[in-house]
Amino acid sequence: MPAPDPQVLERRREIVSALQAIVPGEGVIHDEREMRAYETDALTAYRQMPLIVVLPETVDQVSAVLKYCHKHDIKVVPRGAGTSLSGGALPLQDGVLLSMMKFNQVLDIDFENRAVVVQPGVTNLGITRAVEHEGFYYAPDPSSQIACSIGGNIAENSGGVHCLKYGLTTNNVLGMEVVLINGEVVRLGGKHLDSEGYDLMALMTGSEGLLGVVTEVTVRILQKPETARALLIGFPTSEDGGRCVADVIGAGIIPGGMEMMDKPAIHAAEDFVNAGYPRDVEALLIVELDGPEAEVDYLIGRVEEIARANKASHIRISESEEERLTFWAGRKAAFPAVGRISPDYLCMDGTIPRRELPKVLARMRELADKHNLGVANVFHAGDGNLHPLILYDANKPGELEAAEAFGADILRLCVEVGGVLTGEHGVGIEKRDLMTDMFTEADLKQQQRVKCAFDDKHLLNPGKVFPVLHRCAELGKMHVHKGQLPFPDIPRF
Amino acid sequence: MDALLKPRNAGEVEEAVRWAAAEEQPLEVIGTGSKRGLGHPVQTAHVLDLSALAGVETYEPAELVLTVKAGTPIAEIEALVEENGQELSFEPMDYGPLLGRPAGGGTIGGVLAANLAGPRRIKSGAARDHVLGMEAVSGRGEQFVSGGKVVKNVTGYDLPRALCGSFGTLAVTTSATLKVNPKPETTATLEISGLSDEDAVTALCRAMGSSAEVSGAAHLPAGLWGETARTVLRLEGFQASVDYRFQSLNSLLSGFGPVRRLEDGDSRPLWAGIRDAAPHVGKAGTVWRVSVAPTAGPGVVAQLKEKLPLSAFYDWSGGLVWICFEDGELHEAELRAAVAASGGGHATLVRATGAVAASVPVFQPQPEALAALSRRLKEQFDPNGILNPGRMVTGV
Repeated sequence: MPAPDPQVLERRREIVSALQAIVPGEGVIHDEREMRAYETDALTAYRQMPLIVVLPETVDQVSAVLKYCHKHDIKVVPRGAGTSLSGGALPLQDGVLLSMMKFNQVLDIDFENRAVVVQPGVTNLGITRAVEHEGFYYAPDPSSQIACSIGGNIAENSGGVHCLKYGLTTNNVLGMEVVLINGEVVRLGGKHLDSEGYDLMALMTGSEGLLGVVTEVTVRILQKPETARALLIGFPTSEDGGRCVADVIGAGIIPGGMEMMDKPAIHAAEDFVNAGYPRDVEALLIVELDGPEAEVDYLIGRVEEIARANKASHIRISESEEERLTFWAGRKAAFPAVGRISPDYLCMDGTIPRRELPKVLARMRELADKHNLGVANVFHAGDGNLHPLILYDANKPGELEAAEAFGADILRLCVEVGGVLTGEHGVGIEKRDLMTDMFTEADLKQQQRVKCAFDDKHLLNPGKVFPVLHRCAELGKMHVHKGQLPFPDIPRF
Repeated sequence: MDALLKPRNAGEVEEAVRWAAAEEQPLEVIGTGSKRGLGHPVQTAHVLDLSALAGVETYEPAELVLTVKAGTPIAEIEALVEENGQELSFEPMDYGPLLGRPAGGGTIGGVLAANLAGPRRIKSGAARDHVLGMEAVSGRGEQFVSGGKVVKNVTGYDLPRALCGSFGTLAVTTSATLKVNPKPETTATLEISGLSDEDAVTALCRAMGSSAEVSGAAHLPAGLWGETARTVLRLEGFQASVDYRFQSLNSLLSGFGPVRRLEDGDSRPLWAGIRDAAPHVGKAGTVWRVSVAPTAGPGVVAQLKEKLPLSAFYDWSGGLVWICFEDGELHEAELRAAVAASGGGHATLVRATGAVAASVPVFQPQPEALAALSRRLKEQFDPNGILNPGRMVTGV
């Protein structure tokens, strides 16, 4: 992380008073014991006490806090519900931690325009809860949806099981209000579609708290599909499973969800929840079809045929809602199930082209031997997003480091086969130092120039995403080479 | 010395832009120039023509991923994916006929630069929702890569999506990776006739709020495409599913008016026409494209109709309004006031005679803080302001 600024540390008392003048009452936390709750997010291997925690309640307060920090060169780490798996909300010793969790109101529900306006601290599931009495829901469903905030979802461009069919956060957000580090407030989008001008919503979504602080969000809601049914399909090899997934999509079918688990994950889940998963298979696929009944019944038959053609050794089709939920119970409990068989685990998040799955799984087994650690895989099969769970014991000296090295090897492997470092968890601090494995220096510099347009002093969440911080003045320099008009052999008119 | 620079590869694009940046020579960046009429005209001595930068780099139907060079004709891409039972589900509109040019022109680079979409926007999104990665050359003359070639990726800022709709003012895209989708097996349209604009939009919104998975929701008032008003809803997918959803939609909307069903063969040309603003093609007048909340569409039109001669039709469940002022005047102030009074949104001047168009902002003016942020972004990508200067806004 960037070295703490001793001057800021020295001025802590003065900063506390200034923030108390902006956010009165209990909105400024500076007692060490009370700040403890904020020292980490869901990447619990990393902990750091913040300088001060502030919980504003109004947009004016957010604006005043940021303006003050901007003027006095104080770093700010925005935080939603603190469920980041990549350390996105890890505090800085010399930084103000800005918690947005008092922004917890649903402001406007507009069924006719299928739009809901909420404050950023409303949970992902809270949006669905607010509209489900009319049969509506908010589609992106990260597995932490009961706890994670919509503001955090924007920061990370969260996905979930259903995003192959229904899109990521970026495809489901219509508008937002953002406070910039200089205190200015800008509104992007609204209930209408495709605002003109630069698509700053696209930049904000997935920006991991580095560009601005979201204070209001407008999302698209959808009517719940009429029905959903699932198939539970076991395969003797991961190649068969991978081919089945490709054939389903090749047949023009985009399932609502398509999840795969490997043998260690299947066994851990089955031991934990007794979902009725077969133990004698190498790969288990859950394919969920949702939509109108006539369509779902038809597609269940099609997928069953495709599974049989791909040597499925085990097929069950849900005949009731209860049975469908049982199929999912094991998959949804996969993380805690792995938590039962290992004192600690690291959840990785790379994406690969699906055709590379058998190769990647084989290489991952070799890597597991090399690092002498176990790994269980759950996999959003439709979109190639892998979640290897690396098993380790933090109390054994060196195992955390070994697990991290193993994880880095897996992500490098994802990039090597044409994939990416992170599908939905974000870069944060976890994958920051691997960015140079995926991007050149020129690529990363252009990304950081975007940062300079929003935050030229690098005050918002510095130390995340980018391995090396370049000063904006340096990034802005042009290296010009005056000369001849290029490629003179080309005809010009 | 005026030059038409026609690079054949990304390296030559970089060379050309680097030269222009060093000499501070502005460039007009074009594919085939099919959408030159959109935005403010760019007047530069030099043109960077990307039409030779064409061809499919990789296409893997089973991965739902396609990588193409920026100058590849969009018609060629649509034909290729169709051969494989797939489509670009954002259904990019063809501006050709509306702008007085031939149909079927344009390149993928232009489609992305203008962030095009069609009637399916309300279900599947616009071009920006289907871009996965890009290779581009910034106005600094530096090549960069952003995004990836897989359908799920959050590694770094989403520059590919942000470059969509930037009209080539930030960077020159040299290649793009897109998400493709299976093409629906069949299409049917439910048509209700004789509705007023208000009732039509109520019906469209009710349908969009149902679980019928409507993929097009438009209203063509009387005289725009037939003698009576036509309110149309599109259903796509497997035959059994389309039939089933048609029935449920029919019962849901039974109280609105007489219903008929258009089958696949009649549906396709209708939706292509709505996509390409066919009711305003070949007709004199100034054309604006207005995006508001769906329920606000009829109000915008009603306010303007009180005092101005116009014809208008609705797509996107009422939220996209194509307005044609038949007197050929701009009526910019009245239009922007009506949009603001209806809850806000965006109005874009799409077609007008050149001299008149230059006198007003083509795109929706932005509040100062937002405009300043946009200028800062432009400076970071193109500090010398050499890429399509003034195409969107003066200074950008």
